[in-house]
Amino acid sequence: MNHALTRAALAAALTLAAGGAQAADKIKVGFMLPYSGTYAALGNAIENGFKLYVAEQGGKLGGREIEYFKVDDESNPAKAAENANRLIKRDQVDVLIGTVHSGVAMALAKAAKDADTTLIVTNAGANAITGPLCGPGIFRTSFTNWQPAYAMGPVAHAKGHKTAVTITWKYAAGDEAIGGFKEGFEKAGGKVVKELSLPFPNVEFQPLLTEIAALKPDMVFTFFAGGGAVKFVQDYHAAGLDKSIPLYGSGFLTDGTLQAQGDSAQGLLTTLHYADGLNTPRDNAFRADYAKAYKAQPDVYAVQGYDAAQLMQSGLAAVQGDFGKKEDFRKAMRGATVDSPRGPFTLSAAGNPVQDIYLRRVDGLENKVVEVAVQKLADPARGCRL
Amino acid sequence: MDFGILLIQSLNAFQYGLLLFLVASGLTLIFGIMGIINLAHGSFYMIGAYMAFALGPAVDRWLGGGFLATLAVCVLAAGALGYLLEAAFFSYLYRRNHLQQVLMTYGLILVFEELRSILVGNDVHGVPLPSWLQGSVPLGGVMTYPVYRLFISAVGIAVALLLYWVIARTRLGMMLRAGASNREMTSSLGIDVNRLYRLVFAAGVALAALAGSIAAPVSSVYPGMGNGVLIICFVVVVIGGIGSVRGAFLAAMLVGVVETFGQVLFPSAAGVLVYLLMAFILLCKPEGLFKQG
Amino acid sequence: MLNRLLPAATLLALAAFSWSGSDYYTGLAIKVMIYAIFAQSLQLLVGGAGLVSLGHAAFFGIGAYAAALLSPESGAAGLWWLLPAALLAAAAYAAATGALALRTRGVYFIMVTLAFSQMAYYVFHDTKIGGGSDGIYLYFRPELSLAGWMPFDLGDARSFYFFVLACLAASWGFLALLRRSAFGAALAGIRINEQRMRAAGYSTYPYKLAAYVLGATLAGLAGFLFALKDGFVTPELLAWEQSGLVLLMVILGGMGSLGGAVLGTMALVLLQELFQSQALFGDYANHWHLPLGIAIIALVALLPDGLAGLPAQLRERRHARAAAPKPGAAPTHRKAAPARLPIQGEPHV
Repeated sequence: MNHALTRAALAAALTLAAGGAQAADKIKVGFMLPYSGTYAALGNAIENGFKLYVAEQGGKLGGREIEYFKVDDESNPAKAAENANRLIKRDQVDVLIGTVHSGVAMALAKAAKDADTTLIVTNAGANAITGPLCGPGIFRTSFTNWQPAYAMGPVAHAKGHKTAVTITWKYAAGDEAIGGFKEGFEKAGGKVVKELSLPFPNVEFQPLLTEIAALKPDMVFTFFAGGGAVKFVQDYHAAGLDKSIPLYGSGFLTDGTLQAQGDSAQGLLTTLHYADGLNTPRDNAFRADYAKAYKAQPDVYAVQGYDAAQLMQSGLAAVQGDFGKKEDFRKAMRGATVDSPRGPFTLSAAGNPVQDIYLRRVDGLENKVVEVAVQKLADPARGCRL
Repeated sequence: MDFGILLIQSLNAFQYGLLLFLVASGLTLIFGIMGIINLAHGSFYMIGAYMAFALGPAVDRWLGGGFLATLAVCVLAAGALGYLLEAAFFSYLYRRNHLQQVLMTYGLILVFEELRSILVGNDVHGVPLPSWLQGSVPLGGVMTYPVYRLFISAVGIAVALLLYWVIARTRLGMMLRAGASNREMTSSLGIDVNRLYRLVFAAGVALAALAGSIAAPVSSVYPGMGNGVLIICFVVVVIGGIGSVRGAFLAAMLVGVVETFGQVLFPSAAGVLVYLLMAFILLCKPEGLFKQG
Repeated sequence: MLNRLLPAATLLALAAFSWSGSDYYTGLAIKVMIYAIFAQSLQLLVGGAGLVSLGHAAFFGIGAYAAALLSPESGAAGLWWLLPAALLAAAAYAAATGALALRTRGVYFIMVTLAFSQMAYYVFHDTKIGGGSDGIYLYFRPELSLAGWMPFDLGDARSFYFFVLACLAASWGFLALLRRSAFGAALAGIRINEQRMRAAGYSTYPYKLAAYVLGATLAGLAGFLFALKDGFVTPELLAWEQSGLVLLMVILGGMGSLGGAVLGTMALVLLQELFQSQALFGDYANHWHLPLGIAIIALVALLPDGLAGLPAQLRERRHARAAAPKPGAAPTHRKAAPARLPIQGEPHV
């Protein structure tokens, strides 16, 4: 207790010292991102994207400087509430930016809503965040798990596939993606004959690949991300299934994983709200700037972080940097059109992007855009009471 | 499920079981001979995988070797690491009770994971296969079976036979068995039991690392890969009987079958089945399938 | 005498801390209190009956999930039935699994408890019962209303703080009384030498089972409070890492005493906060697992009797140095190393 009080004083003093200038002049932005573990690269990309935009605005948003706080959420939903409270209660941030993992984001959204802190979700696609848990202070610059998967439905059917088997991890992101694909595919006239799944983050796919071979569907749709995506694509190829049963997936199957997947991914078709080779002036400028600043190519995560900063800017511009006008700030963000490298998008009433979903094909180390799969796709926001 | 698919699933189960056996055999030796509960055994698996990834290009450049050379380097390096670790850390655990061993090795897991993060970073990596191990063997009409998985099975069987031969038919094996059943008597007979223990530990680490480096091309190399393997391996060791390599082999096969067919037949119950199996076996045979003596 | 005062002093200090003014640190204190209940419930098993369980987190998680699953989405549940329901769920699982697990001994007991907790983990992780691996929400904290009058509102932060403190005080008091009772003495006897107890005519199995179920019920209480605290429950609460963590808290604090469990909890939570502090470590704070792991190893190695046993350890060291005049004299008498669980087997093929 004495122990804790001393700790409190010490930490507070050091934070203030580290902060430097008067806290009142700077806007406090809190990043809750994975800085360790499988998703660390994604967390870094999001932060880089955000900071790139701020740098382009001369280091200020809404005319004010930014003070950054970071917490490593380790992609661990069990610690998420605690980690969120570090930023909300200890560091008292004005805006929360985060995160990658859907389970973590759900805890983050609840904590943000309970404390009425503005939250911009920069990746996690859990439908619930702009569904039952939506709120005036909750925004998203990424996607819902439903969106890119749904878009693949009509595309796959148009290619002549009538039956499909789906396979994914048994968690919210997987279930919602498969739900989206099933809705899109069956609305276009197709039929999902079986939905296979394995527990997250299990990567022993052999038995299920054998099952797919036994079922002999027209196509397979899958959702995996990160290490699981690498392994699945490799295993699918090694099992020789890609020759007879074409594989389709939501874009995360091949995003950030092509180096590891190598030959096994060539020619794969995926759908996502971003692609390589868009060749618009906005995207080209963004890519050039990002490459110059960070010596690496940006990916969809960097775009999502970049757009979060843009969204914040539009809000701050409307209230001339006065954070006290929280409602006006949020309303302005809700109504904004974000000039994103992916193409301009607006936000739905629930706070999710209404955006074009691209069909992409893997070519070398890039996911080259083929065409727009579905234009201005909005997530149905089931359960949102806004 | 038709017969052809049943065969292929059995092949899957067998291969998965052999991989488990590679890791579990090291664990049962350490557990059985030295009586140490080592929660960090999964970390050795991870170290093997990361070594396969990190040392591959170096072995290629300086030793001119390919995949097999990399495997050999990983195994030797892991053995050396195990030898040093035993001297520096694990030898102090003999005197401790099991509770303290559990907790100290729990701390060790954290240390290893973080060192890995600092040294190699947090990205997911693939390990490329040499051309002679790529490709697949056609099985049935639609499916092909990767040659590499057959290779894994072959290595597993070879190691199993090697372990059997060493323990049952060599002097070294005799000394191991003596040292395990009565440490004082063995050392009073002039056998350096400390060195023996160190060797066994090194061998256990090398086995786990071999499993990791062999599995790396198939499972990818990613943070936290050791933890999943750890628990399953403890289950295998306990089912098989602590200290019994034969038991570890049988138990690994059982677990392989349960997990593989469980995944296909009862996907939502699959995780639970292995633990049900373990609980059931322990309640019938409280000391595992094969007891000592 | 000091031993009697310390628990009271701790509770008073915790009560006073609720006025510290920092929302974040009172949240941390609530977390410490909840985990202290959890650790004490394990201390009953480990330090009381000598049962080392690596699956205690299952009961914590079951209590938490019961709270979250049984609470309606659109309003508050009644505390008078929600709390007993959560406790009953944990106790039921403990009775069922304990009856089977207690037929094994030593390291096999450790493994069977691990197995049963992993089973519970997978049920919540892989099936539709909970929200799967992403967890579920608890939207409203339960309320206690007696014919329209609410003695306290758990939605209010300070009331919740004192409710948790009251639960800690109650469970601490209960466990302390239990220790001093005939039941507690029997458990101690079983821990020291079970054969002898049986020779003395005690049927040890019911005692062990009772201790196991009691410990589980209190762990369920801790889990229940945890669910209320953040309104968010995930399967990771049942994972073996969590069981290992609470075992660490008990050993770190000193497995011989209830106060030790509280001490160990505080130490571990504060260590975690310390190493994660960006203010102190800057960018290296990302790698906080490293100093934590090293600290754990060092503390377990250097403090075999935990933090609570530190004064006694230092005292012995001082007496030993005063009593042994010559270097190279026989080493001072140290407490005999605890009996090793009989698991050694020779390797055989």
